[in-house]
Amino acid sequence: MGRYIVRRLLQAIPLLFIISVILFVLSVEMGDPLATFGGRQVIKSEDRKRLTRQLGLDKPLYVQYIVWLVGNDWMTMDVNGDGKPDVDENGQLVYGTRKGILRGDLGTSFVTKQPVTEMIAERLPNTLLLMITSEVIILIVALVIGLASALKQYSIFDHTVTAFSFIGYSMPIPLLALGLIYIFAVYFKRWGLPYFPTGGMFDPQAGPSWQQTAWHLVLPVTAISLISIAGYSRYVRGSMLEVIQQDYIRTARAKGLAERRVVFIHALKNAALPLVTIVGLDLPFLLAGAVVTETIFAWPGMGRLFYDHTTRSDFPVLMGIIMIIAVLVVVFQLITDVTYSFLDPRIRYD
Amino acid sequence: MPTILDVKNLQTRFKTYDGLVYAVNGISYTLDEGETLGVVGESGCGKSVSVLSVMGLIPQPPGIIAGGQALYHDSDLLKKSDDEIRHIRGREIAMVFQDPMTSLNPVLTIGFQITEPLQLHMAMTAQQARDRTIELLSMVGIPQPDRAFDNYPHQFSGGMRQRAMIAMAISCMPQILIADEPTTALDVTIQAQIVDLVKRLRDEIGMAIIWITHDLGIIAGLAQRVIVMYAGFIVEHSSVDEVYDNPRHPYTLSLLGALPRVDMSRSERLTSIPGMPPNLIGLPKGCPFAPRCRFVVDRCREENPPLTPIAPGHQIACWVDVRTGGLR
Amino acid sequence: MATASEALSAIHEETLTKQPLTPAQLAWRRFRRHKMAMFGLLLLILLIVYVVGGSFVFAEKYANFVNTGIKLQAPSQAHPFGTDAVGRDILARSIYGGQISLLIGLAAVIVALAAGVTIGALSGYYGGWIDSILMRFTEAMLCIPQLFLLIVAAKYLGDKIHNFQAFGREFSGSVIVIILIIGFDSWMYLARIVRSQFLSLKEQEFVTAARCTGTSNLAIIAYHILPNSVAPIIVNATLGVANAILTEAYISFLGLGVRQPTATWGNMLESANRYLETAPWLWFFPGLLILLTVLAINFVGDGLRDALDPRAMVE
Repeated sequence: MGRYIVRRLLQAIPLLFIISVILFVLSVEMGDPLATFGGRQVIKSEDRKRLTRQLGLDKPLYVQYIVWLVGNDWMTMDVNGDGKPDVDENGQLVYGTRKGILRGDLGTSFVTKQPVTEMIAERLPNTLLLMITSEVIILIVALVIGLASALKQYSIFDHTVTAFSFIGYSMPIPLLALGLIYIFAVYFKRWGLPYFPTGGMFDPQAGPSWQQTAWHLVLPVTAISLISIAGYSRYVRGSMLEVIQQDYIRTARAKGLAERRVVFIHALKNAALPLVTIVGLDLPFLLAGAVVTETIFAWPGMGRLFYDHTTRSDFPVLMGIIMIIAVLVVVFQLITDVTYSFLDPRIRYD
Repeated sequence: MPTILDVKNLQTRFKTYDGLVYAVNGISYTLDEGETLGVVGESGCGKSVSVLSVMGLIPQPPGIIAGGQALYHDSDLLKKSDDEIRHIRGREIAMVFQDPMTSLNPVLTIGFQITEPLQLHMAMTAQQARDRTIELLSMVGIPQPDRAFDNYPHQFSGGMRQRAMIAMAISCMPQILIADEPTTALDVTIQAQIVDLVKRLRDEIGMAIIWITHDLGIIAGLAQRVIVMYAGFIVEHSSVDEVYDNPRHPYTLSLLGALPRVDMSRSERLTSIPGMPPNLIGLPKGCPFAPRCRFVVDRCREENPPLTPIAPGHQIACWVDVRTGGLR
Repeated sequence: MATASEALSAIHEETLTKQPLTPAQLAWRRFRRHKMAMFGLLLLILLIVYVVGGSFVFAEKYANFVNTGIKLQAPSQAHPFGTDAVGRDILARSIYGGQISLLIGLAAVIVALAAGVTIGALSGYYGGWIDSILMRFTEAMLCIPQLFLLIVAAKYLGDKIHNFQAFGREFSGSVIVIILIIGFDSWMYLARIVRSQFLSLKEQEFVTAARCTGTSNLAIIAYHILPNSVAPIIVNATLGVANAILTEAYISFLGLGVRQPTATWGNMLESANRYLETAPWLWFFPGLLILLTVLAINFVGDGLRDALDPRAMVE
């Protein structure tokens, strides 16, 4: 098992490398910092040349890639273009200020001038709160519904669940989210019922607290969960149906075991195993849906950060977020693989 | 010896998209205490379905037990509820299945799977069950049983897995062991080992056995009586000796002819049975074997021959006397 | 009274002269059995009739006609779906918007097919280092979150293509941009499927036979292996259309997708956030239409998956 883990780790490295190259190429192609740096004013050609040298854009691409990866604080700068390394007022050589991706430097926001890593770190916990709460609910509800559906195959319950599942995962997020807000916030308010808040993590007048956050979590979590539950429950149902047909279930029954034991010990363990992979691989992508949901519910998370800064063309922030998520995907793939191989005895003992 | 299982006129059907499949059509037999009964026939003849019906393991729907009785100690198994029959399954009547790789749960240890019936039916504690399981594993010839206890099915070879399945089946000392083609998926040498194992256990425990196979050769040293099935009907029912010395049904003859025998000369060809297995949708008009039978006469296509005795303890379902080729 | 041999030959006669069903006919038969799939197909046809036929009822000028005097009106007889923030009739806009949404969905999948099938086929057929590199690249692309990447791409490339004229109407260049970027970020799933199909099929005997007769690699790929791998490609592509429609809706909803003057169901949702409480019809109708379309496609895709299951081909 240990060798398997090491092998997977080694496989992840070239993957991360290729991802970094792709993202770097995209950064270079699509981001033109010069276009935005000067704000609305036209940059004078002198300043343009200066900026070019300062940002290292005059260097060949592979050098730019290395700088992007490991920074340039070990390289001397030549901003004034005289062919000699710059010196500061004390006569000391001036070095670059970037530390590179590998050391956690994702650049600085064009808009807020904050280090991107700092900005993401601020918002990430909020998104994680949203995602993890949703994922837990999704798993529990999907397992219950999927299981019940499989055991009562072709019943009215099953048909209803299937119909709702299809509608659920065909639903565009805005329709669901706005619909939820409309019913549970707007109409509830009109009818004098306790209503759910629609924005942010807490009521500005009440101030942040656990209760406020929990209250504010309800609607966005519902929006995210419903769609995923629809998909997962169908998967659980399918997996369970397949397992129930297997010979070893027949053997379990032939031994005289109670049906409950057959289902929950013999069947479920086999049916739920592939779910681990699905969930593990899906987790980082839940973040994608977060963009739309967080925007609608004004939730201060990474998705909303991404959207806000897209409209302001704040490229470092955007690429920084994409980079973080891509890395998370690879990391989660690794964790999922290892967890799965640990849980499935056929792989663990080989 | 007293009769412990009396199956009367069992009929099982399946509802499918294409029609009603008549899988088992009125088969009857008895099983005495300690007796070994062989059930022989090709794939799809209903031999597995018949025993699964008796055990209550046919899902209904799409299955339907359309008639008959299965009297175990005078109590009809077919009329029992699932809760009632559960106490008999694994405890008094146990089953061994054909493919031990798919018939054992891949994510549970062998030990766990064997202790389950022990804890359930024999009210053993976990420790008692563990000790007994290790005894059983050693009884069936699995080396290092205390280590094997914690192993998973995929870590065993095919023969070892089947031994484990057998250990699981005999764990509660059942009165009847039903073995559904337990050696079909194994190598010939392993087959012989498994058959020997079962014989030894049978003598030690004194259980009755229903052994299902498509291979007439295995029945020879194992069973006392044999029923030959075709298309859900019993076509010949006799002692094993009679079936080898004096087979009377054309299908049995074909099966025997298709069997390579040591005393055959090399120039004798094996006969194969021409034609295709029957379509089980709808009951046939006439004898189901008629399209493939070399002794067929017109009456065969019109009327399905009932099972009738032709000698003490020997019944066949055929209009024709295979010794003469004419009607009986 | 027939003899045994006559009976047997009668059976053979029937088996030989009865025309066997082609795989397509078999598949259609199985598809028809699926009630949900047939319902989905019907729904899809109705939607297509709506967006195409509707353009004969309402002119595009009418759909784009700004009349702030009647803005944000609730559904009424004159405007069955209400009016939007600048007084345009939502029903008419949903017709033209639907055309673009469906078009984008379909076109994006075609782009994804072109890229995915090519990469998957080359990878699966040639194997070796070509396979390694292409697959690593595919995996890497799969790790990059789709929506985020598309949003950035849409932002920066959105106005790179100029508005163009077709069929006497003006279209925003962003339509082409959106089609291309969605297509170029969804080919990975298809590539993987095509590759695995090729891996298993290229070992089959009919490929060896083709090689023996000197058929070129390209011909083998195109005429022998590809037609046999069509089933999962069709299923995946169908579901891909649904995904593309949803993706376009999300990007446009965030204001970064298709731009004026072209309407899509997605960008009709854009202003809905602001008028959430006061004008729910702004988001309800386009949202509903998207839901119905995606639902129909998912039903059809599900039916196709069962109908084209290779195990079911032997009846």
